Amino acid sequence: MMPASITDDFSGALDFIFHQRDAVSGGVRVGGATLLPLLETHIRVTVISMFIACALAIPFALWLGHRGKGQFAAASAANVGRAVPSIAVLVFFSAYLGLGDTNLIFAMVLLAIPPIFTNTYVGIRQVDRDAVDAARGVGMSGPQIVRRVELPLALPLIFGGMRTSTVNVIATATLGPLVGVLTLGDAIINASVYGPEGRLAGAILVAVLAVTAEVAFALLQRAATPRGLKVVRAPRFRAASRTTTVPSVTSAP
Amino acid sequence: MRFRSILALIGAALVTVAFAACGSSDKKDTTSTAAANAAPGSTGKLIVANPDNASKGPITIGSKNFTEEFILGEIYAQSLQAAGYKVKKQLNLGSEQIAYKALKGGQVDAYPEYTGTALTSFYGVKPDAVPKDPQQAFEQVKTFAAKDQITALPPTPFTDSNGFAMTSAKAKELGITKLSDLKGKSEKLILSGSPECRQRTDCKLGLEKTYGLKFKSYLPVDLAKRHSVLTDGQADVSVVFTTDGQIKADNLALLEDDLKFLPPYNVTLLTRDQTIAAAGPDMAQTIEKVQTGLTTPVMQELNSRVDLDKQTPAAVATQYLKESGYVK
Amino acid sequence: MMGLLAAVTIRTRTATCETQNGFCPDWIAKHWTDYLDPMWQHLQLVVVSVAFGFVIGFTLGVMAHRRRWLVGPITGFTGVLYTIPSIALFTLLLPITGFGFRTAVIALTSYTLLIIFRNVVTGLANVPADALEAGRGMGLTQRQRLWRVEVPLALPEIYAGLRIATTTTVGLAALAFFAGAGGLGAQLMTDINFKSNIVLAGGLCVVLAVVLDLVLLGAERLTVRWEFVGR
Repeated sequence: MMPASITDDFSGALDFIFHQRDAVSGGVRVGGATLLPLLETHIRVTVISMFIACALAIPFALWLGHRGKGQFAAASAANVGRAVPSIAVLVFFSAYLGLGDTNLIFAMVLLAIPPIFTNTYVGIRQVDRDAVDAARGVGMSGPQIVRRVELPLALPLIFGGMRTSTVNVIATATLGPLVGVLTLGDAIINASVYGPEGRLAGAILVAVLAVTAEVAFALLQRAATPRGLKVVRAPRFRAASRTTTVPSVTSAP
Repeated sequence: MRFRSILALIGAALVTVAFAACGSSDKKDTTSTAAANAAPGSTGKLIVANPDNASKGPITIGSKNFTEEFILGEIYAQSLQAAGYKVKKQLNLGSEQIAYKALKGGQVDAYPEYTGTALTSFYGVKPDAVPKDPQQAFEQVKTFAAKDQITALPPTPFTDSNGFAMTSAKAKELGITKLSDLKGKSEKLILSGSPECRQRTDCKLGLEKTYGLKFKSYLPVDLAKRHSVLTDGQADVSVVFTTDGQIKADNLALLEDDLKFLPPYNVTLLTRDQTIAAAGPDMAQTIEKVQTGLTTPVMQELNSRVDLDKQTPAAVATQYLKESGYVK
Repeated sequence: MMGLLAAVTIRTRTATCETQNGFCPDWIAKHWTDYLDPMWQHLQLVVVSVAFGFVIGFTLGVMAHRRRWLVGPITGFTGVLYTIPSIALFTLLLPITGFGFRTAVIALTSYTLLIIFRNVVTGLANVPADALEAGRGMGLTQRQRLWRVEVPLALPEIYAGLRIATTTTVGLAALAFFAGAGGLGAQLMTDINFKSNIVLAGGLCVVLAVVLDLVLLGAERLTVRWEFVGR
């Protein structure tokens, strides 16, 4: 492989992103603005999945974390969740839910839940017990403690979990065209129409989308970290939250 | 202490490798039995092992990533093995773009490709310019391929075209037997096919243009779902292959292409010139011999054995070679 | 031509679990051995990638431990690598390294770096000051302190990182078919309608992850117990 040809490939891909051209197979225009509907679908299914996953995982994890139960569930969810191939989940449920948005979103919600659940749970458990006791001492009720003490202190970790899940969901949405949803993955999977430069362009767009989401959540996470409060250490390294398992959390500082 | 840590890590690695090794030793080698059974000295259909071929470099047979390709890849690989060649398999390469790149780059020596696909995907022939005569289409492929130092071996008897199918019940209900019957009805129907189909002139684009149709919507799916979208009621019309066993099994109606816009797709084994030269005449002869029995009904049956009966492509290929008398 | 035709029997079919694409224990019992080859490929992808990732991540971790200012940039860089979706990364590498095992290993290795690096750095940073002090008091050189005091005490963190990296890689390697590297994902894609196939291929991924995790856990138990006895 000549370095020059590599440069050509990538500049061709950039050209593909900004300008329309005839498809390799003829008869249709691809690239440029034709990528916008794919991008829009990609973002739409990601956002919907994340909303549903958060709405399910966070309250449940808050409740379990507050009660101090479910240590095992939190650990298992994190460990097993990582090894289940997203493609298997996607095609398995398509046999029951059919093809289209519903099945894709359902599968992505399933894949998004474990990191959010685990991080929320660990976030709550990690809150200094002294802070909770102090809150109880000044007469706060259970729900008040969750809302005013535990939740704010756990927020950085919760955002960390959402960050992991969002990136995973964006990655999984790339497989959409295999199950009836045209996302940016179309350009990657469907190279006989888009051509090699189109495939590369699709990959670049998916990568940029993921990195953008990552950076946005990193900023959110930083903004959510209480100033002057050292009881919860905002993950110094972004992955401290993403890769939280019980083994690493218990030995973390 | 440091050494103990390292020892433990090495121990972990060893256990892993041992675990892996028992996995690999279990793998079946169906092809070697085929080779062993081919008795030399017989005539006719039986493939005879030529001991000279054993000393030649291994031939790597590739295939794209769907049933018919897997079966053909296995048939070619097993028959070459029966002819005495050392054969490696790289089945499941992916799409034609990947497969052709692997062929040109020498990662595989040969893989089965459809004449129509080769012309439109590799050689810049617009789908509506593909010859409707299978032999003519093949000759074109042969000429183009030669420029890439690739030999297109003679085509298979069976034709595997794209086709448009509906459930028999739906087709009957709407009174549709051929594609032109869709006129005036397609606006209420959902068309389904691979993601690429919607942008190809030998698929959805050509269908709409040739017959003046417009569909209610298009459902892009992986090729594997092309029949279940119909039987599950998620689409009304779906793009299938004419050699699909499910057409019969799922009681689907294949709509006649009465304006003849779909090009014929016969398979040719694209082989590197270098490989042909190194392998000698036995290779092309063996390939030609084993594919004479591959007529459309036979290919449908072989596809059914994999897609419906869930047998492995390797086993089905062996059955074909044995049942047809190419190997004992 | 017709004479040849007769050779292959055209069967008539009735609906069975297989033709219905169901979950068929009999089929699985008969065919699971066909999955050993893909599983072996999968295992190779994981073991090679994690091994490379460990060597690189560990080296980077030790470097950054001595020069703290490196932590930020390395975390940032490996973080970006980790964020790029695997299908995209496999595709981005195609013009550079082509299809095959190598491309898949490069991508998978890049995903392990962040996890391993972060855990090595955290582990080394958490070594108690008095342990270091004692090492210094015994007259150990910086190099000796690293190998005899810091690394052994950081082992639990390092193992935790390895375990996470391994299970993650098992899951990600299922998409290695995009790079043409086979594995259980490629096997799964051969028939995505057939529930028995999906469950078997997906299940074997989980089994592989659990077994590798147990192997690492066993190694950790072994090592860390030694550490306690030695202490």
